[in-house]
Amino acid sequence: MKLQPVIGLEIHVELKTKTGMFCGCSADHFGKAPNTNTCPVCLGLPGALPVPNHQAIDWAIMIGLALDCRVNLESSFDRKHYFYPDLPKGYQISQYDDPFCQAGKLSLASGKIIRINRVHLEEDTAKMQHQVIDGQKMTLVDFNRSGVPLVEIVTEPDIASGEEAKEFLKKLRDIIRSLGVSDCDMEKGSMRLEPNISWSESPEKLNNYKVEIKNLNSFRFAQQGIDFELKRQKELLDQGKTPVQETRGYNPQKRATFSQRVKETSADYRYFPDPDIPPIVLTREYVENLRTKLPQLPEALANEMVNKFHLSLSTAQLLSKDQLKLAYFNQYKNQVEPLELANLIVNKKIDLDQPPPTKAASRAVDLNIIDQVLKENADAVAKYRTGKTSVIGFLVGQVMRLTGGKVDPKQVQDKLLKALQVRNLQG
Amino acid sequence: MRLNQLTVIEARAGLKAKKFSVVELATACLVQIKAVDKKLHAFLTLNDRILDQAKKLDQSGDDGRPLWGIPFAIKDNFLTEGLRTTASAKVLDNFVPQYSATVYKKLIEAGALCLGKTNMDAWAHGSSTETSDYGSTLNPWNTKYLPGGSSGGSAAAVAADMCLFGIGSETAGSVRQPAAWCGVTGFKPTYGRVSRYGVVAMASSTDSPGPLTKTVADAALITKIIAGHDVYDATTSPRPVEINPNSLQGENLKGKIIALPKEYLIGEASGLILEAVKVFESAGAQVKPVTLMDPQFTIAVYTIIQRCEVSSNLARYDGIRFGHDRSSFSYEAKNRSLLGAFSLSTGYFDQYYKKAQQVRTMIIDEFDRLFKQFDFYLAPISPGPALPLGASKTSAMFGELQDVLVEPSSIAGLTGLSVPCGIISGLPIGLQITGAQFDEQKILQVGHWYQQQTKWHLEKPKL
Ligand SMILES: [Zn+2]
Repeated sequence: MKLQPVIGLEIHVELKTKTGMFCGCSADHFGKAPNTNTCPVCLGLPGALPVPNHQAIDWAIMIGLALDCRVNLESSFDRKHYFYPDLPKGYQISQYDDPFCQAGKLSLASGKIIRINRVHLEEDTAKMQHQVIDGQKMTLVDFNRSGVPLVEIVTEPDIASGEEAKEFLKKLRDIIRSLGVSDCDMEKGSMRLEPNISWSESPEKLNNYKVEIKNLNSFRFAQQGIDFELKRQKELLDQGKTPVQETRGYNPQKRATFSQRVKETSADYRYFPDPDIPPIVLTREYVENLRTKLPQLPEALANEMVNKFHLSLSTAQLLSKDQLKLAYFNQYKNQVEPLELANLIVNKKIDLDQPPPTKAASRAVDLNIIDQVLKENADAVAKYRTGKTSVIGFLVGQVMRLTGGKVDPKQVQDKLLKALQVRNLQG
Repeated sequence: MRLNQLTVIEARAGLKAKKFSVVELATACLVQIKAVDKKLHAFLTLNDRILDQAKKLDQSGDDGRPLWGIPFAIKDNFLTEGLRTTASAKVLDNFVPQYSATVYKKLIEAGALCLGKTNMDAWAHGSSTETSDYGSTLNPWNTKYLPGGSSGGSAAAVAADMCLFGIGSETAGSVRQPAAWCGVTGFKPTYGRVSRYGVVAMASSTDSPGPLTKTVADAALITKIIAGHDVYDATTSPRPVEINPNSLQGENLKGKIIALPKEYLIGEASGLILEAVKVFESAGAQVKPVTLMDPQFTIAVYTIIQRCEVSSNLARYDGIRFGHDRSSFSYEAKNRSLLGAFSLSTGYFDQYYKKAQQVRTMIIDEFDRLFKQFDFYLAPISPGPALPLGASKTSAMFGELQDVLVEPSSIAGLTGLSVPCGIISGLPIGLQITGAQFDEQKILQVGHWYQQQTKWHLEKPKL
């Protein structure tokens, strides 16, 4: 029996909605004075009731759609019971039987597909702070974060290495950021990762143990932690031992995981549908309307920029996943020659609060005009293709006419030639 | 007649005509509380600022708000900002809420004055008020008897004229049953018609706040004010409130088709129910016996769903907040929490909770079919009159057995009214008039008509 590394990921992402998952408190809790952002609902006071935030539901579904999931038209919120001081109601409102989205996928650069088990919505918990006050060890609870909308994304155990995990996570982060629904800031805790790791026969036939790593605050640490854990487990297995089923932490200084909590029995959360929240029933049209709101996802956008503006793949990728840079690029791409603009943004790191340097602006060649001229002069293009390269002069003249002669003819010729080449390749 | 004996409508007319002041009205209630509540123990906490509040109203003058100057009592599971709220549970012994229940807020905004918080079964777990951590309320008709529950404090307060109206809440019968046992009017609007926000939760899927009053006309007036969609309660209905307390008159029973479920005619109350049926028939209504699912089955459904929700709803009283730890929970709450947690556990969920929900759907469907053919149904609220003190301790399922005839309507979220319809051995009996969801106006009109034909609601206990 040959064992292989089998890794699944659970990712939590805080949504940047205006208000909480079930109350009107601000969802922007970071850096606020403790317990200044609370109300009866997120404090779990007697009699308080949750009212679901529809923006958060829409956004969770959009994440699911971007990950190619099936959207359940009937879903419900469930109560997940456990006792912990950061959980004021004694249960977390989450989703169990009928999450919003199921059965999606995300492919890696190698073409390998990582299946997504589910995307569901829940509420964040409060934050505990362990302090020494007047010489006494105390645990304080800050409820500012309690009730912030949290999306949980669970993969199938399809990942085989720390490197694959890192690639998947980066890609997922870029997609979620491009949707504009979360900052996915690991340092602020708005994106949290929990890999489950084992050596198993296959993702379908899991071993009788698994190890979960918690509190990983960067993709690099996730990669390192997973690789360390695989090695540690392999050594045990090679000696004929079974690794203990447990939760482990990661120490970046030592580049090693360490045991935190051994789970002997699985918890019984006593899930049942939350009677305070009627089931969420969506129509097909509603979901399709959400799908139309999806922006072009980073990968598709990068490919398009390579084709349309002749950017290098790496430049296009950098632009496509950075919302600020992308917005700047789109704002000025008709005034500044796009390839040059992209280089200014990515390599020269120009100030994005200022318009691009004017020298660049004056030489701009609008690629739409190049496209237009090529379309309107199909005869000349056909002649060029049969070897009559001299028609290029005619085409340059057409561009100069349309732009009122405000562009550099040399650059126009380069652009035309490049466009014709691309068309040749595609044609 | 003393001012505290007035109905809400009479008192509003008197205030409008300046026959008496708000201070005089509130004082009459306080005098009555002082005189009889040592004996009855209906109140847990009194609002010690009520006379100041009354004085302020007198100074600013009647502004025409529908409850301007009307003193009321409210069950202690409704959160009242700044006024201690315990739900009769020692766990919340010194809990002073930071916010108010929507129902309470609406009443105060309508100009009403809160006299205080009334006794109940702890956490509303019961039908006797005997399981209160602060001791039982006694029945004003005979203090050796129970007032019913869980809204027993509010029912006794209304019956003994300590207030003009009371507010209760019902999970299955907790407004209508104490109303019946104390000889007052109790109304349970459709589930989702009145907000649960700020009411200490018992069983979230059936909890319904409602008024306890001296007449059906008062119940209509109060329900109109507390009903409606609440942005803080996702289970409230967005439907407009179709209750009009000014058009209760003129109900014509001729041609109405009324169901009389045979399975519900149990116990010594059924004789008086058949007397009431004659009143309806003599007005031209057709009363037809029908067969419904035996209400005994509802006991199982209700018990499972309610225990499950209770175990979850009590989880927040975890000993970290609210001042008192879990050793303060009394027997009944611990018992229900354990049963609920068990029923929700892996391996048992399908067997209990899921199956109970399936039968619940059957009950709802059965009522849907019934109300396609019938305008409403008549039945006893409780199989008999109030039981003696201590009776709740003789049976682990005391509440469920006492409420067997109202549980189906609670499980199905229907509109239910209890009106006095007779007296057995000096103790009142209640008639159940129950209609489809959102049929509040129809049921209130019928109840008002019944009170025009009969005098049972005018009978008062001799204190
Ligand atoms: Zn809040």
